[in-house]
Amino acid sequence: MMSFMEFFQLATHVGLYHFLLFSAILFAIGLFGLLTKKGLIPLLMCVELMLNAVNINLVAFNHYMPVPDYTGQLMAIFSVAVAASEVAVGVALAFRIYHDRGTVNVDDLKEMKG
Amino acid sequence: MDAVLEQVHGLVAWALSLAGEYDVASLIEAGVFFLFAGLALLFACGVIFFRNVVHSALSLTATFICVACLYLSIGAAFMGAVQILVYGGAVAVLIVMAIMLTRRDDMAHSNPSRGLFRHAAAAAVTGLFLLGMAAVAVLSPFRPAPQSLGDAAPGLADLMLTHYVLPFEVAAVLLLMAMIGAIVLAKGADES
Repeated sequence: MMSFMEFFQLATHVGLYHFLLFSAILFAIGLFGLLTKKGLIPLLMCVELMLNAVNINLVAFNHYMPVPDYTGQLMAIFSVAVAASEVAVGVALAFRIYHDRGTVNVDDLKEMKG
Repeated sequence: MDAVLEQVHGLVAWALSLAGEYDVASLIEAGVFFLFAGLALLFACGVIFFRNVVHSALSLTATFICVACLYLSIGAAFMGAVQILVYGGAVAVLIVMAIMLTRRDDMAHSNPSRGLFRHAAAAAVTGLFLLGMAAVAVLSPFRPAPQSLGDAAPGLADLMLTHYVLPFEVAAVLLLMAMIGAIVLAKGADES
């Protein structure tokens, strides 16, 4: 078993594992929200949280791994572009659904359910 | 009383010996990381647990800004700027606009959740997922050291305009398609 001093030493030297654990927790919070929320807009927000967790992983790997260039950060920038277009289309869809059905509660949108 | 004082003295001596043992820079780095990571996780929980969806949106923006500070703390200044501009600016405004356009009667209960059973199931799934991720991260024997690659923005520009020029163009097309799609969806194709 690890002593307190050893644990303290490990915890205060910030490395790749700190960022991996942080982004895993952030992703888990987003996943929990995605499974429990009812509104369309809160669901979009949770998806944004999960996308952010992935970006943190990309940037942290780029900083802490022995790579020759900034490919990881570039992937994160492409991911930001995809996330921005996703949220624009998602918001437009939410507005359209509200306009046509008068609700954004996903439990009330059952027309496609078998 | 004397015993308590002795304990305090022991703690102070321990802290002083610690400060001698550690370089202050790494302690400050750890403090910055834990401050912003903790704030980000707190605000992320706020996104889920606030009853008012406007408070959730504010909390989400705060999470984005904390993550931008974390990017800055590992030398990814360009990513930090992009994070603040795109997430803290554009996405936050879009989400607040969406809340405004789909407004319900009572804002105080505008962020409804599912029942207790669904919460328990979601917690189980999320916990298992988190356990797996943490196990992979902690049990891996690989312990890489940080490195400095020089300035980020010139390196990113070189990559973007040479080796990754095709994905760059595809991203531009994707953004254009998303813009047109959002306008058509929001306006309605059948209305003139």
